[in-house]
Amino acid sequence: MKSAPFEYTRAVSVAEACALLAREGDSAKLIAGGQSLVPMMAMRLVRPAWLIDINEIPELKFVKIEKDAARIGAGTRQCVVERDGALAARVPLLRQALAWVGHAQTRNRGTLGGSLAHADPSAELPLVAQVLGAKMVLRSAKGTRTLDAEKFFSGPMSTSARPDECLEEIRWPVWPEGPTGSAFTEIAIRHGDFAMVAAAAQVALAADGRCTRAVFGLGGAGGTPLAFPKIAARLVGTKLEHEVIEAAAVDAAKECDPGADLHATKEYRRHLAGVLAARALREARERAGAIR
Amino acid sequence: MSETLHSVAIEVNGQRREGRVPARLSLVDWLREELRLTGTHVGCEHGICGACSVMLDGEPVRSCLMYTVQANGHRITTVEGLAKPDGSMSILQDAFCETHGLQCGYCTPGMLIAAQGLLDSNPNPSEEQIRDAIGGNLCRCTGYQQIVEAVRLAAERMRAK
Repeated sequence: MKSAPFEYTRAVSVAEACALLAREGDSAKLIAGGQSLVPMMAMRLVRPAWLIDINEIPELKFVKIEKDAARIGAGTRQCVVERDGALAARVPLLRQALAWVGHAQTRNRGTLGGSLAHADPSAELPLVAQVLGAKMVLRSAKGTRTLDAEKFFSGPMSTSARPDECLEEIRWPVWPEGPTGSAFTEIAIRHGDFAMVAAAAQVALAADGRCTRAVFGLGGAGGTPLAFPKIAARLVGTKLEHEVIEAAAVDAAKECDPGADLHATKEYRRHLAGVLAARALREARERAGAIR
Repeated sequence: MSETLHSVAIEVNGQRREGRVPARLSLVDWLREELRLTGTHVGCEHGICGACSVMLDGEPVRSCLMYTVQANGHRITTVEGLAKPDGSMSILQDAFCETHGLQCGYCTPGMLIAAQGLLDSNPNPSEEQIRDAIGGNLCRCTGYQQIVEAVRLAAERMRAK
């Protein structure tokens, strides 16, 4: 057995999971799909005294599409999100990003909330949350609070969720604008691995082809997924011409602070950041244009 | 410290199997060491290689990334469960033999589970879909070419039936 010993319990409700978290505090860990947590426990990088299993809590598994937001239960499996056609029509970046997340076997088990709570800065779903400005609903025995993605991701593998909180729901903004296009792209050593650098973009165009709204961001390029609201704001009003996109991508790459490892230097990652940001923006523009 | 043991009842290849397990026992270790179903292989033990793939309620998952207690009340199919009731090879397994879709055989159980998972939901997969479905399974012998051929051949034969 590779993991260190721990006490295990299967929670039947969010209230029960929160009560256990309140009682056990820091020494307890929630387990959802376990696709990141179990390897970390196998390598004994994490040794929780208590493991609270939230896989069998029905109230954490739902997809509700409302006017302004798609609300998804944190325990919803990635494969379920990937297959949901109505959701893909409203928040297309989710399906586009999931194509890059792990493999069929890991998406069958991995959850949406698990990936966000794990907060790997090069992971795909945290990047989509950051770029779209998703809202995280956190629940504890004391009550519920909602955090913007920007506040939620606090550093590499860390979030502002307190040890007694359970991520319950994620609200993904649905853009009301007309022709909207989005794109996700990345470079990884092997498809399905964590990205060296990933980029996501979403743009809306007016009838004359001018950009009315734009967001984009980069993963693997800093301690958290990065969004660039100020640079993106400069795209509004333009026709997203080649030079406009290139300039935005170059400026975003300058703001990045990527790390270095065996696979890629800091300089190479920064280079990728510029190339991929431009690529995602161009693809998003083309998709929006195709609708128009 | 003596570890707490948890009672589990899990349907494995159509049979109800019971046991008492420490919480940290991975599903693959229980299948192999307690049930002696050694068809499922242990590779990397941290979710990279895919050799330990099994079906959980009909969908492929990595059994090294699940604790046995988590499978309590669920349905597991291992590679032993793919064969026909009389013990002869399934269409997919036959196709792997015919196209020489294996050499050392270490990745084969995981490949078979991943491919079966694909064919269960998609009877006519494209080459790209086949490659995507086995993308989480490492093979160091074949170069994957014959494995893709095996899945394509099995799909053709299943459709013809």
